[in-house]
Amino acid sequence: MNLTLKVWRQKDAKSKGQLVTYEAKDISPDMSFLEMIDVVNEDLIKKGEDPIAFDHDCREGICGMCSMYINGRAHGPKTGITTCQLHMRSFQDGDTIVIEPWRAAAFPVVKDLVVDRSAFDRIIQAGGFVSVNTGGVPDANAIPIPKKQADKAFDAATCIGCGACVASCKNGSAMLFVAAKVTQLALLPQGQVERKQRVENMVAQMEKEGFGACSNTGACSVECPKLIGQENIATLNREYIYAKLTSDNIPGSEAKK
Amino acid sequence: MNLDSKIPDGPLADKWDKHKFNLKLVNPANKRKYEIIVVGTGLAGASAAASLAELGYKVKAFCFQDSPRRAHSIAAQGGINAAKNYRNDGDSVYRLFYDTIKGGDYRAREGNVYRLAQVSVNIIDQCVAQGVPFAREYGGLLDNRSFGGAQVSRTFYARGQTGQQLLLGAYSALERQVGLGTVKMYPRTEMLDLVVIDGQARGIVTRNLVTGEIESHAGHAVLLCTGGYGNVFYLSTNAQGSNATAAWRAHKKGAFFANPCFTQIHPTCIPVTGDHQSKLTLMSESLRNDGRVWVPKNKGDKRAPADIPENERDYFLERKYPSFGNLVPRDVASRNAKEQCDAGKGVGASGLAVYLDFADAIKRMGEDAVRAKYGNLFDMYEQITGENPYKVPMRIYPAVHYTMGGLWVDYNLMTTIPGLYALGEANFSDHGANRLGASALMQGLADGYFVIPYTIGDYLATTGPVALDVNHPAFKAAEKEVKDNIKKLLSINGNKTVTEYHRELGKIMWNYCGMARNAEGLTKAKGMIKALREDFWKNVKVIGDDANLNQNLEKASRVADFLELGELMVDDALHRNESCGGHFREEYQTEENEAKRDDENFSYVAAWEYKGPGQPEQLNKEELKFENVKPTQRSYK
Amino acid sequence: MSWFTKALSGTVGRKLLMSLSGLFLISFLVIHLLGNFALMKTEGTAFNEYANFMKTNPAIKVLEYVLFGGFILHIVIAVALTRLNKKARPVGYAYNKPSANSSWFSRNMGLTGFLILVFLLIHLKTFFFTHKVPLWEAQAATLYDEAVVAFSNPWYVLFYVIAMGFLSFHLIHAFQSAFQTLGLRHPKYTPFIRVVGVIFAIIVPALFALIPVYMYFTH
Ligand SMILES: Cc1cc2nc3c(=O)[nH]c(=O)nc-3n(C[C@H](O)[C@H](O)[C@H](O)COP(=O)(O)OP(=O)(O)OC[C@H]3O[C@@H](n4cnc5c(N)ncnc54)[C@H](O)[C@@H]3O)c2cc1C
Ligand code: HEM
Ligand code: HEM
Ligand code: SF4
Ligand code: F3S
Ligand code: FES
Repeated sequence: MNLTLKVWRQKDAKSKGQLVTYEAKDISPDMSFLEMIDVVNEDLIKKGEDPIAFDHDCREGICGMCSMYINGRAHGPKTGITTCQLHMRSFQDGDTIVIEPWRAAAFPVVKDLVVDRSAFDRIIQAGGFVSVNTGGVPDANAIPIPKKQADKAFDAATCIGCGACVASCKNGSAMLFVAAKVTQLALLPQGQVERKQRVENMVAQMEKEGFGACSNTGACSVECPKLIGQENIATLNREYIYAKLTSDNIPGSEAKK
Repeated sequence: MNLDSKIPDGPLADKWDKHKFNLKLVNPANKRKYEIIVVGTGLAGASAAASLAELGYKVKAFCFQDSPRRAHSIAAQGGINAAKNYRNDGDSVYRLFYDTIKGGDYRAREGNVYRLAQVSVNIIDQCVAQGVPFAREYGGLLDNRSFGGAQVSRTFYARGQTGQQLLLGAYSALERQVGLGTVKMYPRTEMLDLVVIDGQARGIVTRNLVTGEIESHAGHAVLLCTGGYGNVFYLSTNAQGSNATAAWRAHKKGAFFANPCFTQIHPTCIPVTGDHQSKLTLMSESLRNDGRVWVPKNKGDKRAPADIPENERDYFLERKYPSFGNLVPRDVASRNAKEQCDAGKGVGASGLAVYLDFADAIKRMGEDAVRAKYGNLFDMYEQITGENPYKVPMRIYPAVHYTMGGLWVDYNLMTTIPGLYALGEANFSDHGANRLGASALMQGLADGYFVIPYTIGDYLATTGPVALDVNHPAFKAAEKEVKDNIKKLLSINGNKTVTEYHRELGKIMWNYCGMARNAEGLTKAKGMIKALREDFWKNVKVIGDDANLNQNLEKASRVADFLELGELMVDDALHRNESCGGHFREEYQTEENEAKRDDENFSYVAAWEYKGPGQPEQLNKEELKFENVKPTQRSYK
Repeated sequence: MSWFTKALSGTVGRKLLMSLSGLFLISFLVIHLLGNFALMKTEGTAFNEYANFMKTNPAIKVLEYVLFGGFILHIVIAVALTRLNKKARPVGYAYNKPSANSSWFSRNMGLTGFLILVFLLIHLKTFFFTHKVPLWEAQAATLYDEAVVAFSNPWYVLFYVIAMGFLSFHLIHAFQSAFQTLGLRHPKYTPFIRVVGVIFAIIVPALFALIPVYMYFTH
């Protein structure tokens, strides 16, 4: 099939970008979306033009690196998958496809469709861990966890850090990403010791990064490739209120980040 | 050169304890005077960087992705082995050791493998303490599943995302240290050379992938945790960015490369659909428990599978291996599928696939039971192929999956360059000629959490916290070399793309150095690779400049290394006149088409030494001693 | 900043205030609606008694300030968050299709809120400033009569009906959203909260709208 692509091209963070139109010819419906871009890029290289830069690595929906806003939706028209899992048979011959990078102040464009998501790493640095050093931990089975609870923690832990939640949220909010980590560790006994300071610090970092506020539109959960649910955001809110009311983190004595 | 594996003597079970006691220690107050460079943030790299920083060392960590969390370890599905014996089914450290040695077809070191089995139990404890959500039973304790090559249930898993959950655990430990300021993280940064001063590894030269800047980083030790090189084959289950560059450039600086031809091919992957294919997706081997593998009896039979009557189908695995049937080991299943396709009986548009049919299973157990067992795999298959496997048989084909070979390391994980270590899939150490399922994750974490924190101290204590200087001529020389190389790639401006070269190399490797190899093909391949490499340096087209994010350039530099490594793999495969594990030489097989080892002549690690551009590499042998297990022949009839 | 103001000054904290003030306004709506039903009595005495009570009771006076405080808080934070959210995406998408993942109501709280504000100002001018603010007080008839006069104008009635439509839109999302913001979510109760929210968001504004319509036709 033949397609018309309108792709955001931007030389680097400082330059201005624009949508550029390309024709993608002889595309097989068996191709993945990224393979379709590969084909276009091979053409561009042959013509001596700069190929379209885009992030990708595993190409099987788990590394969270691919990140395209396709026809107005994060990771394209299907739900529950990443861009690399999207196949061209989801499109029709003759379609026009608009491809843009994630848009958020906290995710500045690096080049073309590549954005800088290091804000997510900094949020994890602020508290997305259990402070145990290597060695000297109890036997794994010394900490029984009810299966239901472990499963729920797992659901939250499946987040791949792709940023589709931020990209599709009208407010550019990172609540779902933060909520997923906070919920995972709040549900597990291992996470209890640092439970309050974790949510306080992670939320503080999230706010520092310039993400917007959540107005509960729910778009993030619909577009999340791992379908992380809204209940996680409620949990985050609850954890936040509880921590703020009862933690001993009082300005002046708080741990700095 | 005499390769000293530094395996401590004494009884197998006491080696590691004894060794740990004999290792020199660095005084806690002195640790911060040492800088350690960790390249790679997969399971091996992230766990090492975090653990070393916890001990007090100053660490710099590097990865080429935008975040350490995206290292290829994230993609591992099945699980991680550990000799916990939580099932009470007779597992033990010794049994895990034994299974791994045997699974590796007796081409791994006893001492290393035993240590791996020993620390496996600590890994699970560590990960659980970090909050890794392993699968649990209703009683709240950890669940296990069984995996190929073992008769006990010792595999811990987290749905089909074990690698992801383990990596996120290690990543969180790493980010905690980054937050504490003990690790400085360099994402989107690629190591392009190793710097050796006075025979010791003293740092690396990197390229900032966003700005193109070439930078030097000095350290008292350098750890390469850069993963495997399966992408030499172009198509593999590896991530797009997985590469051999770091290991290969270290090799050219003096680190020996061991057993490069030992690659593992996984039998159940989704087949190639065309030239556009960029990677292959693995599907759990468990499918072979209920699916039946077949091809049409007649060559070139293009009828739809449903139109081919029973008597015109060849269930070749069941026919040839009546007792194991569809459950023969990975290598046997893979080779047989290839044989059928080579004979023109392959199915699908490309003719490079065999059927994996669930019709009988659905008839016997009902569609719902099949769905309950394999639902997610069927969904994944349908998503990629657009075919409903409940209605039409799946098409599968083998794909390159893992590389057992890698940088040669001793018991301390040190390469032949003092101060340079290799961890995880980047080294060759523990899997011999074939890796058991669920053992790579175990090895990566064992290396990073529980081996390197001990062994590195010994080296550092010996050398002392000498002053480091990135202005040393050796750094400048390496920087220049890297810059020249980039300039050269950008200046050729030929008319073939990097991907075209990579794809061609992949085809050569797959056809002649893949599932089955023979001397004639390998010799031919060697010439082809050489010619291809020469053509590459004359005719490749790399677009753009080097002061910017330039993915085309990144790829070109990686493919350039693959073009050299590929030849070494062929050399290694050609010299190893035996079949063992993943290395199957057609000339050396039993009458039952099984791999025929030659323990008398090839019971050694082949460690290749770089001798300069255009020079043949020199083979060094590390003899393998089996004091505890006796090598035997496999049979699956 | 004290821990308390700090807790409420971030995005999550401000949303909490938004939700609490919103819930408070919702409770006001209920009371206000019940009081307004007195207007439906054609005599007017019932309503005037009620209005008088509202006017003179000191407790009500205090509550009135609280109510205005609630409105102002809700509005001020709404404006601040809406601006912050705009800033979080300085460059928008050339092609965006949010209807695929979220409801119109949830995405247009600022707009519906603003329209309610417009309504409120006009509404207050008619019924509040003229009666409770001493400057204007003298000129007026009873509140009931005032209402009769106001709602005899079909355009004014229509304005009220439309405004109640926007109130309904605001509430459709607002009701359940307020609970989500407070972290009150549970598979057992959330479906119930949602249903109640939608019913509330339809019934309450509809009853409000009924009053001017009723008065228009009965006078
Ligand atoms: C699809 C799939 C499924 C698997 N399933 C299982 C399983 O179920 N069980 C199991 O035990 N094993 C499994 N494996 C194998 C296992 O996942 C890997 O062997 C293991 O994760 C490798 O870990 P690593 O830390 O050595 O390297 P990787 O995780 O590959 O990490 C490499 C790191 O090095 C960095 N890097 C590489 N080159 C450079 C450079 N030049 N400069 C800077 N940084 C660099 C990368 O950025 C990355 O951070 C699977 C493998 C695949 C492909
Ligand atoms: C009777 C009048 C009003 C009631 C009952 C009401 C109620 C609510 C409630 C319950 C919420 C949900 C809070 C949450 O999600 O946690 C809300 C949100 C909101 N309200 Fe109102 N509100 C009223 C008037 C207004 C006015 C006058 C404005 C604006 C000028 C306004 C603007 C908003 C906005 C923008 C939001 C969404 C904020 C966000 O979610 O980030 N509202 N309202
Ligand atoms: C459509 C039907 C409505 C009618 C007939 C109505 C009528 C009145 C009347 C008569 C008063 C003055 C009497 C008093 O002081 O109690 C009043 C006051 C007020 N109304 Fe309404 N109202 C309606 C809807 C609304 C709505 C939807 C809101 C909120 C968004 C609102 C907010 C207020 C406020 C804030 C005051 C002043 C506060 C007070 O005095 O208690 N009204 N209204
Ligand atoms: S919550 Fe979902 S959308 Fe957001 S980063 Fe995680 S996986 Fe991606
Ligand atoms: S889309 Fe945005 S508004 Fe909240 S529910 Fe998700 S973060
Ligand atoms: S490339 Fe890894 S998730 Fe898409």
